[in-house]
Amino acid sequence: MSFLPYAVAAWLFLVGVWGIVTSRNLIHLVVCLTVVQASTYIVLLGIGYRTDAAAPIFADIPTSTPTVDPVVQALTLTDVVVEATVVALLLALAIQAERRFGTLDPNELGALRG
Amino acid sequence: MTPRARLAVFALAAVGLAALLVWGLAGLPRFGDYEGRYGRIIARDTVPQRKATDAVGVTTFDYRGIDTLGEEFILLVSVVGVMALLRAHREETDESRARAQELERIRKAPLPSESLTLLGQTLAPIVLVLGIYVVAHGHLTPGGGFQGGVVLAAALLVLYLTTGRTAFRRLRAVAAFEAVEALGALGYALIGVGGLIAGAQFLHNFIPHGHSGLLTGGTVPLANVSVGFAVAGAIATLLSEMLDQDLLRSRGGR
Amino acid sequence: MTALQAVLLILVGAGGLAVAATRDPVRQALVASLFGLLLGALFFAFQAPDVALSQIVVGSLALPAMILLAIARTRARAAADRQREEPSE
Repeated sequence: MSFLPYAVAAWLFLVGVWGIVTSRNLIHLVVCLTVVQASTYIVLLGIGYRTDAAAPIFADIPTSTPTVDPVVQALTLTDVVVEATVVALLLALAIQAERRFGTLDPNELGALRG
Repeated sequence: MTPRARLAVFALAAVGLAALLVWGLAGLPRFGDYEGRYGRIIARDTVPQRKATDAVGVTTFDYRGIDTLGEEFILLVSVVGVMALLRAHREETDESRARAQELERIRKAPLPSESLTLLGQTLAPIVLVLGIYVVAHGHLTPGGGFQGGVVLAAALLVLYLTTGRTAFRRLRAVAAFEAVEALGALGYALIGVGGLIAGAQFLHNFIPHGHSGLLTGGTVPLANVSVGFAVAGAIATLLSEMLDQDLLRSRGGR
Repeated sequence: MTALQAVLLILVGAGGLAVAATRDPVRQALVASLFGLLLGALFFAFQAPDVALSQIVVGSLALPAMILLAIARTRARAAADRQREEPSE
């Protein structure tokens, strides 16, 4: 039972990659990438978790209460923001690809022609 | 390679990948038994050293501030990339005829219903205040520059969705958004340089830390504000770039 | 591992499958927004309110907005091309 977070993370990774492989639309592909990234968040937060610990915000709890790891949460925060920027850039690329080839189907995108 | 063959290759690879993932993840410590030292030291020392209570915010902007600098510039570069990709397209269309058509469409475009406009105009200032609150209290409670910045950009989005497009086009000033974003990124870098000027290393927390309440944490609230500007400007720029004349042209054409 | 965390983890797993299995991009944007909300709730259950706030704001707000705008942009371009071809016929 304590393996469940990591199991769900592995499952999300595989489901996301399956979505990317069987995608017929570039925008659908980009959204499947966010599912893959979600799996990394779960692994990171799962590593830092401590049973029966509080959140690392000391506004209303004494500073000596055991908390979960704040460093891992800072890493995940960075990760979430980077996900947004990556998706923005990929969507712009998808728009450009549609302009170039007239289609959003990855199977029909032309090869790099000289 | 046909799609079916590709799917078969993927199925084989997925089995191997699943096995590797499970084997690798099973080697981690049990869920709930975190024993790392770095996190415990930071959780113990945040309030005595910086007097600010949000350990994650202080970690992001002070103890690991260099990572956040890199992340902010990732955001900046990605916005530059999106603008470069989408603007090249815009210049290739027929300029004068497109512009005349677009003005015609704007004049003919139907406005949203009045109740929706009222709702939007009531909601947008509330969302704006919420965004400013989240940015300002980032070093005390959950929140901070990134979350608050996106909430600020969301106020703009609410305005776009509920008021007429003409009002939004007057409000939309991509140059202003870009300037705000650049100022935010510059502000963060200057805070780092301030640490150098104060005689210590880059991004040293050189402002006095205060005792309790809002004016604690040294450079952390300043970094929050500059990151809030940067992220709000970035998201507003991204949304404005994707909303374009093409949108208006197609809506009028149907 | 509390019951709430277990339930949310299973819901997140199902949500990920739903996002990948929805083929129409417009519907997928909406399902992705709900998936972001579920992830945010999961992060709250993992005692990470900062990350949860960030995930909700990015994954349920900024990301679906960008996806819908990209869809509109590609459709608008296709319609504009059709319009441009018509006067020549």
